[in-house]
Amino acid sequence: MIRFFSLAISALALCSAPLAAQDIVITGATLAKGDGSDPITNATVVVRNGRVVAAGSDVIAPAGVPVLDGTDSWVTPGLFASITNLGLVDVDAVSGSNDVAAGDSPFSAALDVAPAINPAAQDFGYSRAGGVTRASVTPTAGSSIFAGQGAVIDLGSDYDAVTRPRAFQFVEMGERGARLAGGSRTSVYALLLNALREAGQYGDDAQLRTAGRNGSVDTGDDLPLDSRLLGRAEREGDVLLTRFDAAALVPVVRGDQKLYVAVHRANDILSVLGLRDAFPDLDLVLIGATEGWLVADRIAAAGVPVITGALIDLPESFERLAATQSNVGRMVDAGVTVAIGGYESSGDHPRNLPQQAGNMVALNNVPGATGLSWGEAFAAITSIPATIGGMDGRAGVLAPGAHGDLVIWDGDPLEVGSAPVRVFIDGVEQPLDNHQTRLRERYRSLDESQLPPAYRR
Amino acid sequence: MTRHIATRGPVTAFVAIAAFVLAGCTTAAGTERPAQASAPPAGDASAAPYASTYARYPGTPTAVVGATIYDGAGGRIDNGIVLFADGEVVGIGGADLAVPAGYTRVDGTGRFITPGIIDIHSHLGDYPTPSVQAHSDGNEATSPTTPEVWAEHSVWPQDPGFSRAMANGGITSLQILPGSANLMGGRSVTLKNVPSRTVQGMKFPGAPYSMKMACGENPKRVYGGRGRAPSTRMGNFAVNRETWLEAQDYMAEENPDRDLAMETLAGVLDGEILIQNHCYRADEMALVMDMAREFGYQVSAFHHAVESYKIADLLRDNNVCSAVWADWYGFKMEAYDAIPENAALIHNAGACVVIHSDDANGIQRLNQEAAKAQADGRRMGIEIADADVISWITLNAARAMGIADMTGSLEAGKMADVVLWNGDPLSIYSRPEMVWIDGALMYDMNNSAMRPVSDFELGQPGEGDVK
Repeated sequence: MIRFFSLAISALALCSAPLAAQDIVITGATLAKGDGSDPITNATVVVRNGRVVAAGSDVIAPAGVPVLDGTDSWVTPGLFASITNLGLVDVDAVSGSNDVAAGDSPFSAALDVAPAINPAAQDFGYSRAGGVTRASVTPTAGSSIFAGQGAVIDLGSDYDAVTRPRAFQFVEMGERGARLAGGSRTSVYALLLNALREAGQYGDDAQLRTAGRNGSVDTGDDLPLDSRLLGRAEREGDVLLTRFDAAALVPVVRGDQKLYVAVHRANDILSVLGLRDAFPDLDLVLIGATEGWLVADRIAAAGVPVITGALIDLPESFERLAATQSNVGRMVDAGVTVAIGGYESSGDHPRNLPQQAGNMVALNNVPGATGLSWGEAFAAITSIPATIGGMDGRAGVLAPGAHGDLVIWDGDPLEVGSAPVRVFIDGVEQPLDNHQTRLRERYRSLDESQLPPAYRR
Repeated sequence: MTRHIATRGPVTAFVAIAAFVLAGCTTAAGTERPAQASAPPAGDASAAPYASTYARYPGTPTAVVGATIYDGAGGRIDNGIVLFADGEVVGIGGADLAVPAGYTRVDGTGRFITPGIIDIHSHLGDYPTPSVQAHSDGNEATSPTTPEVWAEHSVWPQDPGFSRAMANGGITSLQILPGSANLMGGRSVTLKNVPSRTVQGMKFPGAPYSMKMACGENPKRVYGGRGRAPSTRMGNFAVNRETWLEAQDYMAEENPDRDLAMETLAGVLDGEILIQNHCYRADEMALVMDMAREFGYQVSAFHHAVESYKIADLLRDNNVCSAVWADWYGFKMEAYDAIPENAALIHNAGACVVIHSDDANGIQRLNQEAAKAQADGRRMGIEIADADVISWITLNAARAMGIADMTGSLEAGKMADVVLWNGDPLSIYSRPEMVWIDGALMYDMNNSAMRPVSDFELGQPGEGDVK
């Protein structure tokens, strides 16, 4: 158990002004840096002015900073949760509280989650209490294959959640994309290529016009492209994107904004990788990639990272027939950069990321299966998703210069019985109370002989 | 009907109810086929339709030696021995337990043994994978009450989910429920988790039927959305009560015409068919228990009971189990007050806890879910022994399904449904190593030939993989 601290933890639900960063020194703890290395014992971590200064077994605690005794505790960077709905929803089935998809919107790629993210939503607090300090938030595709632009956030108890708006564009390919695009995968590719071409032209001209300048294109075979398929559409009515949607895709075409592509089937993955033949600057990230292990060498060769759920092992659809819990391990062994993230059912929430990662470690002992080492598994929910999210070296890792995001756990963080004891973001200690903890305390006793539970606060 | 008021813990309470619901069953499962527990009313010519054809597969007399044993009933034996032969547990004990001649010895050193894991709430087979519309067979959502439908008539035995549940979750028995669109959704079926060409070949011999009921948001949304009753919670109750009255009238008739819906409801009022009631909110569960009292039936378990912690005393006093997730929350309004300490608080109040899945993925990790719920309790000061936590996914599930005298714990004479884990089943780092069902080895982690592959997966990408 934790032996240190008398520091009072604020029970305030949400502070309007950010709390002050404090200098932190923790000694004697088991340290997992999040960088893929194995945990080390009896380590020291130093955070000053909101940034990590040092972390390791040979670190000398600086003088003049109060020291927390971390004996019997674990210290890690905060978890980085990928592909979440954090702040976009209170109750999934209550539409008024749910901003995940905009199925009736005239816009698609232009949609931007940043202004919608509500740090007071309970899932924020639950996830923070589970050790999640940063995350990517993405919309879900509604009326188009383009879901819109996701953000990278921190889970600090303030109203300044968004650290990087428009961090990526999200597009649905595969079966779901096919349905959204008009009923077939063929339509997905026609729609996507058209949109990217429009965006490319839009970027050149900063406007859409009704007249085209169609250049010649070498197709590599003896079938020339009809000139009307090139450049922007000839007539206003042919344009499938609004001006705002086309504008939103400009940085995608240029490679300035990542393109997250949800795709599962092996051959669909290869088709997506092939998009770079026509649009070489695309900065792709594969989302899902359930059959990724079948083409792992080619994903690795393309240098495209993957974000996937770790425990998907059922042929949920015909694009996932080869689903296996060994998908992550096999891709990692092939040299693919893989983060664990994304959610498959009502029961999966960001705070259960360690459970998914821990299962990857357990898999190592199953003959025929491919798992991860402890360090690899923990990196898959810390530094690797942070890097994919554009925060390489700054989040998900306890290294000098990184954000002072620390979680102190009462045991091995990948073990289901463990939980965070204290959470810091940018060196600021975070409140861990929320709706659930308040209910827990209210109903600790069912004695209502004096007054009903409504009076227990 | 008689109600059994608990004066001690849920275990005591359940001895009474389990005996009650199982009256009339024979119990020598695996050696002879018991009579159907839920036979239609006397005089009916169609007794025991779709009877189980399951018979145990061959096994060798086996001694698992040196493992830590959780017996499923709250007992723990370190460095223990489990003996089973001819489909039944022969005995369990410490290192000094004599191993009879001719037994195959399995080294359990460093490993753990539990009874087979049981999921009281599954839709495998009724909502199989691939989850395409053509496979959507779990909700007969055409009328708010459909007691006449039987889940077994929808089960697709080739659902790949069955093998995952066994290999990753150690699941040896499971109850397949019709979905929760309806107030009265139909009969459940309890299965042995063995691959089979027919659902009859999976049916748990002697298991009583349950009827699925649902309160709350689902029925009112499904039918209210169509402009018909029920569209409110009060509508839910009105339709339920009218239907129970109809059943009472049916039972009062001398020679009624056959009515499949009424046969199920009469089975409930006769105490032969159990009630598994989807219900989230505390206030609503209390009303349902009053409705059960009004018409004279017993709720065996509330499922998804995320607010049981608010009325754990009432549930204890009414002998009703809570089948819960460890930590699902927030996906619908009636799940907004779900807390991860729910199971621990229910257990602490002396009421019965079952951890369920309702999920083709979650069923593969009930042991981990139980461990999470235990740990959440510990952090609020409620210590629950590991051996008791295992009962949440073994004996308590069996009790609420009416099969506790046959399986759910390791004791002589019970079915030899056994899981050997390669480590502590309450640790993330452990996996099922071997699974026996009625003493027959059905899964072996170290032998790829002992990993079933469904027809659907043959010739497909990933066939025969560890999954």
